[in-house]
Amino acid sequence: MAEPVTAGSEDLVLAGLTKKYGDFAAVDALDLTVPSGSFFALLGPSGCGKTTTLRMVAGLEVPTAGTVTLAGEDITRLKPYRRPVNTVFQSYALFPHLTIRDNVAFGPRRKGVSKREAAAEVNRMLDLVELGEYAGRKPAQLSGGQQQRVALARALINHPQVLLLDEPLGALDLKLRRQMQLELKRIQIDVGLTFIHVTHDQEEAMTMADTVAVMNQGRIEQMGAPEELYDLPRTTFVANFLGRSNLVAGSVTGTAGEEVSVQLDGGTVTAPVERAATAEGKVWVGVRPEKVHLKPAGDPAGGRGNELRDAVVSDVSFAGVSTEYVVRLPSGQELMVFEQNHTSQRRLHSGDRVDLTWAPEHTFLLDAAQDASAGTQFDDE
Amino acid sequence: MAHVVPTEIPDAPPAPEQQRRGLAGYLLLTPGSLWLAVFFIVPTVSLVATSLYDPSGSLEFGYQMTGHVQNYPHAIAEYWDPIVRSLQYALIATVACMILGYPLAYAIAFKAGRYKTILLVAVIAPFFTSFLVRTLAWQYLLGDNEWVVTFLRWLPFTGAELQLINTPVAVVAGLTYNFLPFFVLPLYASLEKIDHRLLEAAGDLYASPFRGFLKVTLPLSMPGVVAGTLLTFIPAAGDYINDELLGSPKTRMVGNEIQSLFYAGDYPTASALSVALMVTIVLLVAVYVWRAGTDELV
Repeated sequence: MAEPVTAGSEDLVLAGLTKKYGDFAAVDALDLTVPSGSFFALLGPSGCGKTTTLRMVAGLEVPTAGTVTLAGEDITRLKPYRRPVNTVFQSYALFPHLTIRDNVAFGPRRKGVSKREAAAEVNRMLDLVELGEYAGRKPAQLSGGQQQRVALARALINHPQVLLLDEPLGALDLKLRRQMQLELKRIQIDVGLTFIHVTHDQEEAMTMADTVAVMNQGRIEQMGAPEELYDLPRTTFVANFLGRSNLVAGSVTGTAGEEVSVQLDGGTVTAPVERAATAEGKVWVGVRPEKVHLKPAGDPAGGRGNELRDAVVSDVSFAGVSTEYVVRLPSGQELMVFEQNHTSQRRLHSGDRVDLTWAPEHTFLLDAAQDASAGTQFDDE
Repeated sequence: MAHVVPTEIPDAPPAPEQQRRGLAGYLLLTPGSLWLAVFFIVPTVSLVATSLYDPSGSLEFGYQMTGHVQNYPHAIAEYWDPIVRSLQYALIATVACMILGYPLAYAIAFKAGRYKTILLVAVIAPFFTSFLVRTLAWQYLLGDNEWVVTFLRWLPFTGAELQLINTPVAVVAGLTYNFLPFFVLPLYASLEKIDHRLLEAAGDLYASPFRGFLKVTLPLSMPGVVAGTLLTFIPAAGDYINDELLGSPKTRMVGNEIQSLFYAGDYPTASALSVALMVTIVLLVAVYVWRAGTDELV
């Protein structure tokens, strides 16, 4: 994934970036290019190394090996206060003894901007985050969401080449978080800076970012546009961590033209060749729960190409827009199926015998050497 | 009319609740209030009363309460030098505590790592020995034939007749030594509370470590600095042990004069001097706290 640094490029490039604590590699030979002006999300469970990566970009951690290059300049060893990079901290880290105005003016004042010039810019920034009337207050007098916006204004006022956001919405409640996600996205488009957003919330990453890099155990598992990652995960970790997936063991029987055929316990399915991470030997056959359709067992109508027959509905939960079924295959494995609640559709009940069917183009094939449960244990986060 | 009723109802019920809470508050305050009344208010009133007695009385024949306000100008005029000296010594000792204590508290709070507890115990350790005994040890330490003086005399830029004991330097050194823990502990508590992420944020916002200290650490530690200076300056200004053991008649502090006056039986003058000292310190402290602007100190 490491691309050579082209002259004049404004991109942030991490090359072989490594951080070790004793024998433990928190970040392991990470190669990453963040295009200038993009909203980039580093997504992963806690402990995957995403915050450490961010802190190395900010200069708050010294890498064990590797380089950080920004706009063609090697900043690996540069002190944090000399980097054209600013951070919105998870805890906000607002200065409690300073007013909102002085908090926001902190960066410009340290860079030697006069008090009067800084004041004008501070007002502009506070208007951007809609906090103009709170300028004279202390951080403790603001709500969590307001403090979050002050932290953002305090970083943005410096016009950093890269803005780092370390789980900036983690401390907010769900409703406020959704609102701030849209707000952040709006501001990023407004100011046109590179945002690197660290989060463990896959929905947040997918909503906001142009590019998502999924991180696991100090490495990048997969990187791409949210739709792309969701549609075609290349590892079991991504398949499970980003949304949910059904993974069924199978083995490839052959490739005919553009299609790979896989023998499963209970039938044969096909997948397009470009959707196969591996096209030989043992594989995981993957499909997203909402792509699968349930039909009465043995009913020839309504098939979508790939079928698994003779399954039994073992659990039904109604979730408003959809109904979530757990379906047991003859092999004993349980799969998830999400059906949209169209009025015309008959609801199934526990114990009903059904066939599962889905389109080959919604199928993906993963390397069977990977752990099928990787990434599932973080569901609750 | 019906609209008026609901607005009055919500106000009515909380009253008994509040009364009960108020009563509990008074009960909790009672032991402390009694203690203060017996051991602070009564002695203070008695001290002020004594300062207004007729100075011509004596312990044997008793004193007359004559409202003799002239005790004050008399005491202040007579003991002006010791008063000024006390405040000077206390101020110098406080500044010395600040210079020695701030780096120490800072190092313990931020740099000591796993030695933090050991260092804190070391700061408190002197309290295991009595104040008097420790000051006697300094009397010995600063003596003319001890190594400190011997070493200083050996240095090329000092005279062979250099002396420490019985000089202002010895008194101030003693005060500094004795009150240093009172400066370090509250300051340490203040520094310890500072969120390290604030310093990271300062660094992220272009503040060099030194600027970060000036703009973040120092202002946030001000409550500790103010508490430390008060706990150092106030007792140091009224101290008489250090001067008694390390000083000379030329370095007498106001505490020593008050003590002598009480011994000599001149209660009115001793009391007037005590009250004058108390008022002076309260005024100085009030101005200081007001100027330091640390409303969150208490």
